[in-house]
Amino acid sequence: MATDAKRKAAEALLHVLPLPGREAGWAREARAAARTRLLEAGAPIKRDEYWKYTDPARLTAPLAVVDPTDARPEFESPFGEVRPRRARFVNGRFRPDLSDDLAQDGLTVATLSETLSHDLGFARDLFGRLEAAGQEKVARPLAALNTACATEGLVLHVTGEVAEPVHLRHDQVGEGSSLLHHLIRVESGASIMVLESGCPTNMVLEVDIADGGSFQHVRIQQGPRAGSASHIFARLGAEAQFKTFTLTTDGELTRNEVLMEFTGDNASGHIAGAVLGKGASHIDNTIFVTHGAEGCESRQVFKHVLTGKARGIFQGKIFVRKGAQKTDGYQISQAVLLSEGAQFSVKPELEIYADDVKCSHGSTTGQLDETAMFYLRSRGVPEPEAEAMLVAAFANAAFEEIGDKALADAMRAHAARWMAERGGCEV
Amino acid sequence: MLEIKNLHVKLEDEDKVILKGVDLTVEAGTVHAIMGPNGSGKSTLSYVLTGRDGYEVTQGSATLDGDDLLAMDPEDRAAHGLFLAFQYPVEIPGVGNMTFLRTAMNAQRKARGEPQISAPEFLKLVRTQAKALHIDAEMLKRPVNVGFSGGEKKRNEILQMAVLQPRMCILDETDSGLDVDAMKLVAEGVNALRDGNRAFLVITHYQRLLDHIKPDVVHIMSDGRIVETGGPELALRVEAEGYTRLQKSVA
Repeated sequence: MATDAKRKAAEALLHVLPLPGREAGWAREARAAARTRLLEAGAPIKRDEYWKYTDPARLTAPLAVVDPTDARPEFESPFGEVRPRRARFVNGRFRPDLSDDLAQDGLTVATLSETLSHDLGFARDLFGRLEAAGQEKVARPLAALNTACATEGLVLHVTGEVAEPVHLRHDQVGEGSSLLHHLIRVESGASIMVLESGCPTNMVLEVDIADGGSFQHVRIQQGPRAGSASHIFARLGAEAQFKTFTLTTDGELTRNEVLMEFTGDNASGHIAGAVLGKGASHIDNTIFVTHGAEGCESRQVFKHVLTGKARGIFQGKIFVRKGAQKTDGYQISQAVLLSEGAQFSVKPELEIYADDVKCSHGSTTGQLDETAMFYLRSRGVPEPEAEAMLVAAFANAAFEEIGDKALADAMRAHAARWMAERGGCEV
Repeated sequence: MLEIKNLHVKLEDEDKVILKGVDLTVEAGTVHAIMGPNGSGKSTLSYVLTGRDGYEVTQGSATLDGDDLLAMDPEDRAAHGLFLAFQYPVEIPGVGNMTFLRTAMNAQRKARGEPQISAPEFLKLVRTQAKALHIDAEMLKRPVNVGFSGGEKKRNEILQMAVLQPRMCILDETDSGLDVDAMKLVAEGVNALRDGNRAFLVITHYQRLLDHIKPDVVHIMSDGRIVETGGPELALRVEAEGYTRLQKSVA
C-alpha cells in the first residue's frame, strides 16, 4: 500500500492530465482499474527498491500536455536504407497529415481513440491487460498512469506477413508531456517489424503475440532530451518470436522497461540494447522476463559505453514459474567506461521455481584494453579512431542481436557518429 | 637512421630502473641484432622506442632521422616509419584484420600528407603479400589475431610490416614460439623487405634466427646496457659460450 505522500503524488499526476473523452464501457473500466493500480502503488520515489539507481523525480513531475502543434518537424529516417511506412506523432498527437498510408496486406491500423470508443475484440483483451499483468511482482505506476490517461497511440492488428516495417516516429517540439499507448496484436503465424524513434515522456507498448507469431522491434532514442519513461509489455504464445533492440544515446533521464512473459511453450524472446552516454546523461534499462511455459528461450544482451559523467543502469530479472521446465534464460550486461566520472550500476536477478532449467547471467565493467589500444596506435591508428574501433568491437554483440543486417548497420552507423562526436561534450 | 643516446628508463609506477644508458646507432640499410639474457631490457627498449605507456625516460634521447621519437605519440612514430613486430601480438575480437590494416595504412598516409589507398588497390597489395607469407585469405577475414596459432600471429606481424612498408623495423623475439619451418618463412618475409635502405633491429634471445636473417652488427645487452658490439661472429660466440661466460669476459 502506498504511503500518503506517494498516493498524493500519484493524484497530482492524474490531476494534471486531461480526462479521456467519451469511450466504450470496457475502455472506461480499464482506465478506472489502471487509476486504482496507480493510486494503490503511489508514484515512484527514489526510496523504492526498483528505483534505487534512478531518481524518478524527473519522470513524476506533473507536466501538462502541450497544445497540439502545427509544427512539421523535419523528417530524416534514422533507419538507413530501410524504407518503412511512417506513422508520425508530434507532441504525443498522431498526425495522419505527416504519415504514410499505413494499410498493407496483413495489417489493420486504427488509432487508440477510435479503438477505445468501439468494441474491438482483441483490443479489449489487450488494453491495460498486459500492463496489469506486468504489475504482479513489481509495481509499475508510470505504466498504470499511462493506461489511465493516454488517449493517443496506434492499434496494429497483424493478421499476415506484413511486408514493410511500420515506423512509429515520436517528435517533441518544445517542453511538455506526451503520453502514448500503442497496442499490437500479432495473430497466429503472422509477423511484423516495428521501428520506433524519438522519446515520448511516457510510452506504453502492449504486444500480444499469438502462437507462432513473430514481432520484431528496433528503436532508437537519440539525445539530447529530457525525461522519458517507456514500458514494453509482451506476451508470447507457443512458438512465438519476440525481438526488441534499443539504441539509446545520451538524454537527461531515460528509463526503459521491457516485460516479457512466455505463456506458451517453445517460444523465443530476445531483448537487447546498446547504450551510449556522455555528459550527465542517465540511461536505465530495466528488464523483467517471466517464464511461464516450457522450453522457452530468453536472451538479454546489453552493452554500455559511458563517458563524461554518464550513468548506465541495468536491472535484469529472469523469473521462472513452477513448471516452466527446460527454460533457457540468458543475460549479459557489459559496460566500458571511457572516463573516470562515468558509472555503471547493474542488478541481475534470477528467481527460479522449476528444477530443470538453464539460466545464466553475467556482467562486466571495465576500460578499453590498453594493450589493444597500444597495438592499434603502434600501427598508426590515431587514439580517437583506435578507441572508436575498440568501442565498436565491444558494442557489436548488441547490434548482432538485430536480425536485419541493414538495420543493424544503420544502428552501428549512429553509434560510430556518436563516438566521433562525443569529444566536444565531455564533462 | 635510428639514433639512441644514453637512454635511461625506469618503470613509471615503481622505482625500478630498466635501461641504464643505452647507446645505439642503426644506419639505413643495415640489420642490427640485439641479444641478451632475459630481463636485460631488450623488450623494454622496443616498447620505449614505440611509445608504450608505463615507462619513464629519465635521461637520454632517441631520434629517427633526426626527429625526436620520444616526444611523439605512438601513431606519429608509426607515421614516421617506425614499426614494432610484437613478441606477443594482441588479439582484438570484433576488429577485422583487413579493416584494421587499411585504417592503419590510411591513417599513416593521411599523417604524411599522402593520398588514401583505394579498397581494390589495398586488397591487391595485401593478397600479394599474404601469398608470399603463406597466409590463408580466410585468415584475413577474421578479427585481428583471434584464433590464430602462434606461428600465424607472427606471420601476421610480418604481413603488416610488408604492407605498411616502414623504414625502421623492430622485431621483438619474432622467433619465439616458432618451429623451424615457420621461422624460415618469417625470415624470408623479412629478407624480402631488405632493400638497402630499410633498417632492422632484431631482438632475439637465440642465435638461430640470425642464421636466417643475417645481421650486419650484433649487440649484447645486459642489465640495461649494451655491453658488447661486434659482427655476426658475436652471435655465434653467444651460442657457444652462453651469456654468463660472455658477461664475465666483458667484465
